[in-house]
Amino acid sequence: MAHQALHDDTCVVVPLYNEATVVGDVVRDLLASFPVVVAVDDGSTDGSAAVARAAGAVVVEHPINLGQGAALQTGIETALRLGAEYVVTFDSDGQHQRADAEAMVARLRAGEADVVFGSRFLDTRTRPGLVKRAVLRAAIVYSNATTGVHLTDTHNGLRALNRRAASALRIRQNRMAHASEIIEQVGRARLRWVEHPVHILYTDYSRSKGQSVFNAVNILTEMIYR
Amino acid sequence: MLIKLLLLVAIAAVFVLGLRAPSGARHLALRRVTVVLAALVATLSVVFPDAWNAIAEFVGVGRGTDLLLYGLIVAFLLYMVTTYRRFRDMEQQITLLARRIAVDEAVPRPAVPPVPAEEDVTRDDQR
Repeated sequence: MAHQALHDDTCVVVPLYNEATVVGDVVRDLLASFPVVVAVDDGSTDGSAAVARAAGAVVVEHPINLGQGAALQTGIETALRLGAEYVVTFDSDGQHQRADAEAMVARLRAGEADVVFGSRFLDTRTRPGLVKRAVLRAAIVYSNATTGVHLTDTHNGLRALNRRAASALRIRQNRMAHASEIIEQVGRARLRWVEHPVHILYTDYSRSKGQSVFNAVNILTEMIYR
Repeated sequence: MLIKLLLLVAIAAVFVLGLRAPSGARHLALRRVTVVLAALVATLSVVFPDAWNAIAEFVGVGRGTDLLLYGLIVAFLLYMVTTYRRFRDMEQQITLLARRIAVDEAVPRPAVPPVPAEEDVTRDDQR
């Protein structure tokens, strides 16, 4: 708990949708390093909100399901209202590592950038399956071509933003296209960004909930007809 | 054939219209004008049923009925695209509303000192 003092100006945002079985552990783990975890419950039907609250998170509840992009924006606005200087976005399914998040905030604190994007492709720790790799590669090529920001991993839920960057974001893509939208807005706002190598832990649980190829089609449609 | 050109242009126009955000007053006015025009065309079609055959022949379609069908398909596409847009806009409004409720509930705003009501009144008077 003494660790928390290092990050008392940092707020971790966890978008949450039907992850009751794992979110408790995720929140408890995060709280070992960060004093405030904001879990944005996106209309879960499995009691996720109660689990997150019991684990010690500040729970913000969408009255209806709006999508992950909407949940992220809600979480970021909540973090800003709580006075956070640094905001971390962190997936609720346990695939991200707290140590990675801490290292990313440290880079923000050092003034290296306004935004730190987590990337699973900067080293060889993460091993996605063949189909997943292909879909992610396609998404990266598309995003780099359309946003003008060249990243090695465009769909990673682990990001760290300073207050200036967090205030500049206006995520309007409610569903999945928000990842590209965030990158695009970071580019437009001329924020300084860096990538940080992170380890994505693909468990059977996360694999069972992962994005499918259908999602890629939906993302593309949402980006064209925004 | 003229009809191919017309249809291709119409389909392209529908696609492009879908990309642009419908802008309040102009969009609404356009919709209303379209309704009036459609009623007018429908009336004329009833009174002069052979007109469609003549137009069809002119643009290179077999029968007036076929031309009507093509027109209906294009109109339906346009309807689909503009409806999609309107739904997206409505979804956006619902999102903002839900977010406001959620955040206010979780982190009540610090009490703001009340703004003197008189100021607003004078501002209204000046208009």
